[in-house]
Amino acid sequence: MKPSPLTYHAPATVADAVGLLAEHGDDAKVLGGGQSLLPLMNLRLAAPGHLVDATRIDGLGAIERRDGWFELGAAVRQAQAEDDAALAAACPLLAAAFPHIAHREIRNAGTVCGSIAHGDAAAELPAVALALDAELVVHGPRGVRTVGADGFFRSFLETDLEPDELLAAVRLPVAPPGTGAAFHELARRHGDFALAGAGAQLTVRDGVVAEARVACIGVAATAVRARAAERSLTGARADAATIAEAARAAAAELEPPEDLHASAAFRRHAAETLMRRALHDAAARAESNGEEAS
Amino acid sequence: MKITLTVNGSRRELEVDDRRLLADVLREELGLTGTKVGCAHGVCGSCTVHVDGRAVRSCLTLAVQADGRAVRTVEDLAAPDGTLHPLQQAFSEEHALQCGFCTPGFLMTALPAADAGVPLDEERARELVSGNLCRCTGYDGIVGAVVRASAICAGAAPAADAEAQR
Repeated sequence: MKPSPLTYHAPATVADAVGLLAEHGDDAKVLGGGQSLLPLMNLRLAAPGHLVDATRIDGLGAIERRDGWFELGAAVRQAQAEDDAALAAACPLLAAAFPHIAHREIRNAGTVCGSIAHGDAAAELPAVALALDAELVVHGPRGVRTVGADGFFRSFLETDLEPDELLAAVRLPVAPPGTGAAFHELARRHGDFALAGAGAQLTVRDGVVAEARVACIGVAATAVRARAAERSLTGARADAATIAEAARAAAAELEPPEDLHASAAFRRHAAETLMRRALHDAAARAESNGEEAS
Repeated sequence: MKITLTVNGSRRELEVDDRRLLADVLREELGLTGTKVGCAHGVCGSCTVHVDGRAVRSCLTLAVQADGRAVRTVEDLAAPDGTLHPLQQAFSEEHALQCGFCTPGFLMTALPAADAGVPLDEERARELVSGNLCRCTGYDGIVGAVVRASAICAGAAPAADAEAQR
């Protein structure tokens, strides 16, 4: 139950970090807070020879608003983002997701970018990134590139990142007035990985859904965007019947995995129920936020 | 790697293997065996310590990650004369432990909330310690102790009958 031998690197610049990743290739891993990587290393399911700590890189520890975006650097801890009131107001789906992520002691160490780069199918932050069309700022030996979240998550624990690339920041769009969000999960115990979960962020104008963003977790090899639900809600009133139909349509498109914890049918049923609840709560919050804004 | 930690207020310079977990360095290099290692993969909470004032799992932290930071362990809770922290006193009075293995983790998890001086209700106390496992108590005593300690720290309840019991 101890990590295998390794060399720890604490680069001060992104260029140094990328240089280390390029030098050590597959034998190196980026270390955020270590809350996903260290368990794997303690259990010897992962044995990287080199760890490149992203949390000591200068300039990546800030949460900054730039135009219509909030940018969170790779060193930003989840608890730091959770406690940021301006960020919570601008990205309500992110704020709604945090209480579901493990426990506060894990969020005190774990980073936002680390969870996204890890890409666990049952984790909340990849779903938030996907639903919000986050932009991911990736640095590598070939330069800087920006990847949309919809092309980032490939398969189980597999992302668009190359072994020599660093997810340096995530950009989340600032929600317009009249936006509300909610995240609902089914887990065996509070803080466990979800058997299924759903997050929804709705923007309501004049009683009609102007923008719907919905994603599910635990029901595929990656977090999935519930496009069918978004389509049936956009332009409609978010009443109980419309929400029920949206959740039903999106759940029908899911092909969840089956394991000893839950059958595929159970996960699909749970996803539908959780989407319905999340949409209902998001719509209620959107309306009350809209009233405050007007 | 050579690291510097401030442990319970004392500056410590150590040469540690990069792969060493903070929990193991605290226990084995520094002799602070109050911190326990239960599951060693972040599930049980027994190894919870504070790094720069925040409760974290010391089994999911490499000692080198804590280089330059302040670490606080359960050994720092009682006063030098042995007077227990109100949270420890409440654990004793509420029978919140039996074997005691998980207790340091529960104390360090609940400490920031208790020290914040805001009284917690039972539901909030349960949520607060939901990341820690106890196999003896069934949790009721622990939740009761956290509620009581938070009330005492908030000045909302007298410091029980601690003096009378001595």
